[in-house]
Amino acid sequence: MDVTEVLLPGVGLRYEFTNHRGDRIGVVARRTGDFEVVVYGTDDPDEGRSVFELNDEEADAVAEILGAPRIAERFADLTKEVPGLASGQVEVRAGSAFDGRPLGDTRARTLTGASVVAVVRGEEVIASPTPRTVLRGGDVLVVIGTHEGIAGVEQIIRG
Amino acid sequence: METPVALLLELGVILAALSVLGALARRFTLSPIPLYLLTGLAVGEGGIAPVPAAGEFVGAGAAIGVILLLLVLGLEFSLQEFAVGLRRHVSSAVVDVVLNAAPGAVAGWLLGLDGVGVLALAGATYISSSGIVARLLSDLHRLGNRETPAVLSVLVLEDLAMAFYLPVLAVLASGGVWWQAVLGVLVAVGAVLVAFTVSYRWGHHLGRLVAHPDAEQLLLRVLGLTLIVAALAEFVHASAAVGAFLVGLALTGETATRTRAVLSPLRDLFAAVFFLAIGLSVDPADLLPVLPAALALAAVTLVTKVIVGRYAAFRDGVGRRGQWRAGTALIARGEFSLVIVGLVGTTHSTLGPLVTAYVFLLAIAGPLLTRFAGVLPVRPGPVTEAREGAPPPP
Repeated sequence: MDVTEVLLPGVGLRYEFTNHRGDRIGVVARRTGDFEVVVYGTDDPDEGRSVFELNDEEADAVAEILGAPRIAERFADLTKEVPGLASGQVEVRAGSAFDGRPLGDTRARTLTGASVVAVVRGEEVIASPTPRTVLRGGDVLVVIGTHEGIAGVEQIIRG
Repeated sequence: METPVALLLELGVILAALSVLGALARRFTLSPIPLYLLTGLAVGEGGIAPVPAAGEFVGAGAAIGVILLLLVLGLEFSLQEFAVGLRRHVSSAVVDVVLNAAPGAVAGWLLGLDGVGVLALAGATYISSSGIVARLLSDLHRLGNRETPAVLSVLVLEDLAMAFYLPVLAVLASGGVWWQAVLGVLVAVGAVLVAFTVSYRWGHHLGRLVAHPDAEQLLLRVLGLTLIVAALAEFVHASAAVGAFLVGLALTGETATRTRAVLSPLRDLFAAVFFLAIGLSVDPADLLPVLPAALALAAVTLVTKVIVGRYAAFRDGVGRRGQWRAGTALIARGEFSLVIVGLVGTTHSTLGPLVTAYVFLLAIAGPLLTRFAGVLPVRPGPVTEAREGAPPPP
């Protein structure tokens, strides 16, 4: 998918792309932090019809909703069925103590009882990682366990 | 301290009136500037409701208004945006200068103005109101449109032209023999180039000097610095407004962004006072004789701006309707045409009323025309049949 970036002098930037259904979509990112999403019509391809506007806070929320790895959804469903069981995501920051070290070194399950069931690395998902799986900065660990257990894993990874 | 009751009351009533008029104008997506001018006319000498006590404040407020207008204009400057604008729209900018400055210059010559007057009127007809246009594009939800970058590029290049034009005009308007004028112009252009260089190479250092996480501190520092520089500029007979503009140019990056956010409401308030003061300074009785000239000038430069906008949008590969939207969007003249008159106004008695009437006409006509240019089909043809809700062809 190609995203075109257009400079709007004095106002901000506009991003444009065509979605899988052939709709031409534009996102105006203003210097003030506000966003406007437009769809280009068929009768006048130059005119964008405004769909909605977001302030910076709302845009962050939408980005989070859209950007959350899909794997988390399925675990969320699972945890709804089993009371007391929760899932969480823990990010390995670049330069953290475990950046470049195997998962086993964290001793997360031994110490907290919570399990790392997947590692999300960009577009890629490493399901059922072994203790020998080497972590990298930016990885997101999907953790299943009690709330305390997940908090514990977070503390370990953060160092 | 004695509380000046008359001043407070008059000022309060004026501001309340401006707020009602401004809200009314916004309701119809029009610019409030003409209404502010009208209010100024109404409360000025020879008007219907004179305000003797508030006059002094309005005068001082107007001076601050011009300084803030130009400071924020300087803050808007980004060399990257100019580079982009110049690369794509240098020919649009040339067409813009030729088509829109020429009518003003010719009119000034026909009206028997001197060289400075001719130059001032040329500038007043040339410069679109970036304030009105940017606001209009946002209000009409046109920021996502394909013709919008062309419109904004033209505006940005006009601002660049103003960066050199205003200092030169300010120096020329202050008078002197020819070699003093030449020297002054060289110094003015040099100052702008120095500000650009400082902004480009050391902008972040300067930014650190005034930057402060606290909004109040930032406001005090930037305003303090600007007013000092403005006063120094006025002292050496370059205008205070130009000094403020140079400060704005020199500030860049994060500091500029935050300063803009902190200053914008203050700028809007004092800019309203400035428009009011322009209206105040004009006697309504002087308006009638210049009305035919203002109407003719408005009619001509309305057409020439549309041509510029259409040309710029055409260069960006925008279709016919988008070209009309771009052309009509650029019509509005406003704050900078009035700033130009503010710079030379005292020495040219006909210029004030003429440009006030001119801005009045185009600040109303621009937003109205561009709003309808987007709604009505340019030429009824097969394109409009595909519209949703249109009755099926028989």
